[in-house]
Amino acid sequence: MAKGIGVEKAVEAESLVKTYPKRVTALDGLSFAVAPGTVFALLGPNGAGKSTAVKLLTTLTQPDAGRATVGGLDVIAEPDRVRRTIGVVAQGSGVDIQATGRENLRLQGQIHGIRGRAIEERAQELLERFGVIDAADRIARGYSGGMRRRLDIAMALVHDPAVLFLDEPTTGLDPEVRADMWSEIAKLARERGKTVLLTTHYLEEADRLAERVAIVDRGKVVAEGTPEELKRELRGDAIHVDLEAEYNGRASRALSALEAVRDVTVDGKTLRARADDGGRAVPLVLQALEAHGVAVSSVRVARPSLDDVYLKYAGRTFDAAEAEAGVPR
Amino acid sequence: MTLIRHTLCMTLRHLRELWRQPWFVAVTLVQPVIWLLLFGALFKRVIEIPGFHAHSYIAFLAPGVVVMTAMFNSAWSGMALIEDLDRGVTARFLVSPVRREALIAGRILKEAVVVVIQSLIIVVLALIVGASFPGGVGGVAALFAVSALLGATFGALSNGFALIMRQEEALIGAVQFIVLPLTFLSTTFLAANLIPRWMRSVSDVNPVNWAVVAGRTATSAHPDWGVVASRAGFLAALLVVCLAFATNAFRSYQRSV
Repeated sequence: MAKGIGVEKAVEAESLVKTYPKRVTALDGLSFAVAPGTVFALLGPNGAGKSTAVKLLTTLTQPDAGRATVGGLDVIAEPDRVRRTIGVVAQGSGVDIQATGRENLRLQGQIHGIRGRAIEERAQELLERFGVIDAADRIARGYSGGMRRRLDIAMALVHDPAVLFLDEPTTGLDPEVRADMWSEIAKLARERGKTVLLTTHYLEEADRLAERVAIVDRGKVVAEGTPEELKRELRGDAIHVDLEAEYNGRASRALSALEAVRDVTVDGKTLRARADDGGRAVPLVLQALEAHGVAVSSVRVARPSLDDVYLKYAGRTFDAAEAEAGVPR
Repeated sequence: MTLIRHTLCMTLRHLRELWRQPWFVAVTLVQPVIWLLLFGALFKRVIEIPGFHAHSYIAFLAPGVVVMTAMFNSAWSGMALIEDLDRGVTARFLVSPVRREALIAGRILKEAVVVVIQSLIIVVLALIVGASFPGGVGGVAALFAVSALLGATFGALSNGFALIMRQEEALIGAVQFIVLPLTFLSTTFLAANLIPRWMRSVSDVNPVNWAVVAGRTATSAHPDWGVVASRAGFLAALLVVCLAFATNAFRSYQRSV
């Protein structure tokens, strides 16, 4: 069933650069590599360049500089062969909502040159596997979000591609449906030997699914490793303090001598820091701030969140990055 | 071969889509009937004007309504494309090995098929309400052919505009801006020698009029096949230009993704 790839890297991006009109730099030297048969996640906020990377790797658009291969094939020189190797689930959906699930699958199969009985069998198999069989002959307009997504993935698998691209596969889905989706995606790599490249802005998603994660910021990979490696860097708790006013440098100076906390950053009226034991550090932090005349409105302690990972590697918060990228909130 | 197969797959997809909207199909069929009956009744006596060489206005009007309907419906072809662009359906095809030309050709072929079916229905209705086509089956077939050419041309044009504008409102505006003037700057409703001279000059370069003139003479008692062939030739040439335009628009769309 699964097609192996006789190359070391199933996907390789080398210094990809892409600038859109009005000098919007989407990719600024993006590089990463994915080993065959593994799940790899590009993690970052909206506007970081993840979707552009997927568009380049799936031959939808071309880079201004750099090179990329999928299954050993150059995406610029041999787009048509790349298209036979890949399955793509785009961020929105590519389902034709005026056709039935089965018709959608059939058309994808026909495009890939599957014909006759083979196509009917393949469609049936995928409809069953992805739990769309009961709705197979209904118009897709009436499908739920989760069902449409499952059909989307089934459509991407019609021709049994070696590499699967999933752009934000669970965005907009209910938590319950998301969990289903995760187990489905995990199975694809584990049982079917597929290479899966997914983009996400959920830390949890990357954590659950990916063997390796690349954190993307401003069109570049700022950190890469296994989820464990990345989290180890972030050992301890995150402390968020909301300040009464902007105290500029005074707030961070107040904590500079405190050994219980590290990685102190102040962004307007928000102060963040890390501590091995958040609960014990909080009283010390409050004391130190008070001693420097910094008024506090609230404090909370949390396990590392995506925001914290991101803050550490990108030097700014997720929200700030999205605002900068002009993402409507 | 692959191109033909992919084009047919796409054509079937579009036809199926249409078939699933029975109300839409009904409306597009009622429209020409209304044109035929309404204008047929309204202008019934214009054939009494000296110089209007026709024995029945319905018979004069019918080929014009066939052509007009072909244009009216094909001109909206780009709307479905914009919907596909918005829904990510086109992007999904673009990451597959589908032949790019098939994505446009499939839509245009669908318009041509729809035009032929619609024309057939209009001709039957026209016969029922008293029109006649002395040119016989051959003449009617020629009328269908020029209508299909015109439909394909406007289908290509509409898809090209859709790819450039990518906004339904803009396309609606453009279609409405183009379609009605082209209809009235032709001999659809009145004989050539009765319309103002400047209008006649414009109608000479109006593709709608090429189709009307070709269709009308082909279905008449003594067809001038030279006229039919020349107008069909103009239409075919224009179709090639519009196909090139649509293909180019598609390429520039791909570059902008």
